[in-house]
Amino acid sequence: MTADPKGVLTGAHFLDGDQACTEGCLAAGARFAAGYPITPSTEIVERFAQRIPTVGGVFVQMEDELAASIAIQGAVWGGAKAFTVTSGPGFSLMMEHLGYAVMTETPCVLVNVQRGGPSTGLPTLPAQSDMMQARWGSHGDYEIIALSPSSPQECFDLTIQAFNLSEEFRVPVLLMMDECVGHMTEKVVIPEAEGIEIRPRRLTTLPPDQFTLYATNGDMVPDMVHAGMGYRFHVTGLTHDDRGYPAMTAQAQDKLIRRLKGKISTAAERIAFRDEEALDDAEVVVVSYGITARVAQRAIEDARRKGLKVGKLRLITVWPFPERQVRELAGRVKAFVVPELNMGQMALEVERAAGGRARTIPVPHAGGTVHQPADILRAIEEAAK
Amino acid sequence: MIPVEEVATNPVEPFLRMERIPHIWCPGCGIGTSVNSFTRALIESEADLNKIAIVSGIGCTGRVAGYMKLDSFHTTHGRAIPFATGLKLARPDLTVVVYSGDGDLFAIGGNHFIHAARRNIDLKVICVNNLIYAMTGGQAAPTTPVTAVSTTSPYGCYEPPFNLPYLAAAAGATYVARWTTFHVRQLARAMKEILRRKGFSFIEVISPCPTLYQRRNKMGDGLDAMKFYKEHSKVKNGAPTAEVGLDIAGDIIVGKFIEIERPSYADVMRHQLHARLGDRYACEEGAVCQ
Repeated sequence: MTADPKGVLTGAHFLDGDQACTEGCLAAGARFAAGYPITPSTEIVERFAQRIPTVGGVFVQMEDELAASIAIQGAVWGGAKAFTVTSGPGFSLMMEHLGYAVMTETPCVLVNVQRGGPSTGLPTLPAQSDMMQARWGSHGDYEIIALSPSSPQECFDLTIQAFNLSEEFRVPVLLMMDECVGHMTEKVVIPEAEGIEIRPRRLTTLPPDQFTLYATNGDMVPDMVHAGMGYRFHVTGLTHDDRGYPAMTAQAQDKLIRRLKGKISTAAERIAFRDEEALDDAEVVVVSYGITARVAQRAIEDARRKGLKVGKLRLITVWPFPERQVRELAGRVKAFVVPELNMGQMALEVERAAGGRARTIPVPHAGGTVHQPADILRAIEEAAK
Repeated sequence: MIPVEEVATNPVEPFLRMERIPHIWCPGCGIGTSVNSFTRALIESEADLNKIAIVSGIGCTGRVAGYMKLDSFHTTHGRAIPFATGLKLARPDLTVVVYSGDGDLFAIGGNHFIHAARRNIDLKVICVNNLIYAMTGGQAAPTTPVTAVSTTSPYGCYEPPFNLPYLAAAAGATYVARWTTFHVRQLARAMKEILRRKGFSFIEVISPCPTLYQRRNKMGDGLDAMKFYKEHSKVKNGAPTAEVGLDIAGDIIVGKFIEIERPSYADVMRHQLHARLGDRYACEEGAVCQ
């Protein structure tokens, strides 16, 4: 299935990351958004509010992020593709409904244009400090998908990818932007609608009397129905059986949680998108993502000019983490250098996956601006020793 | 041997998920009574049951969605209204009912309630008010009367409670009524009315919680609560909502207090967008552009 041309702004444009994200939402078929203003993400829904009436759909500004993050799920069960957008403090409030979407298998997209924290922190300045919150922020045991764009073009491309993955796996997908990528303006090329692949909702073909809401067939993802189709189904955030009815037993919990985790973890390698360079003979690998990957690129090039064998592993899919790739690399490189705009979050994952077979050297930064390439270069030189 | 008498199926059964019965509610609880009135309203309204969705939050009343054989959503605590808002705006053709308790709708969900009323989202909100947090064991709620004993007000509540009809009216609700679970016919009639009308509509259903409210406050059992409702309810249709607040042993003013017309959120949205964008406005399918 390809994109609906009504929402696709085909052509070459000069857009910032926030604007490109909006265009990605529209191209992906999102026709409903709910939001609450918060810097530096607001431009995404501002543009959506401006664009959607002529495309056909609804934007509603809700009273807070709790409301926005559940209003989109009501819209999804009504049949819409929907998303919401926020930053740090709002992301914290959305954790409740991230869990609800995981538990009820509601496909939707949550965009977090990260800024410095904790609390109100640095509203207008960048960070990548919510990476672990993206993975673990809602209570309970679950798996999640999170993507991290490094450019406005990727804000467009990965937003579409986020919607497609959310539909394929029936899971909320997080687009983990940051203030720099969100406010950076670059050329963004938007293809013709027929060149944009769109994953449709997995609606059942079974009639109501043969349909069971959470029964799976072949893979671990159940087909869906929408309200008003005559299925008279029940959705709950409680632990539930295949019918969607509450089931307060350890057995029901075990079965459900293993499936919810398994549907993502068994597909982890297939959806672990990466941008790799010169890994074959690398002695040091710089692992980075988002805006930091662009600063790291300069440091990598500087290091190569100095004769160091440096490879690049840029995480496009941050969660699920590409565990196998890092483990394999750990067997043949000296060290990983992990710069990020936080005090060392994904570095912990790299270290865990490396399992002691290669050093992990974090290059922490509390946020507020980006790294200096020289700081990353120093870490590469240290790693190469 | 006593002969077995054949009885016809209970007329409400087709509206319930009978495979989930028995329900979790205690003997004497009023929630089931309110559900009975609701099913009768569904029967009488002759609504297309495939086009009605019911949304609940968390708590004893939050379980209503799970027992109704409709498209039903048991959401998070306090968030039934914003979920319903998204559903209704995405699907204007559906009738969306919010059925939840006083703690859910007016403590943790209070902000959502007032904003949905202000926007005039076309939702039918039914609040079973048992004056207590029941599912969690009987803690004070924003509706618990002053001096009433709860587990978190063991020496008597000293917080003033909300007057829910007054709150709803002030926030912009276009229909506000209150009945008790003694008034099953009036309640069913009110529910039928809101199923058929447009705009943010609110019914407060005063209901006993014999296990956690009546017992701790030495008010007897479910039957005693019915007697109390019968003796102390005063029907005053059109009563000023400022004057219908509840106290622990006083009269309960019941009736239809507010019924006004006001364009719904979706109507105003379509009107405004059409006025500004003209033919460029891609009004959603099935919706009427004015």
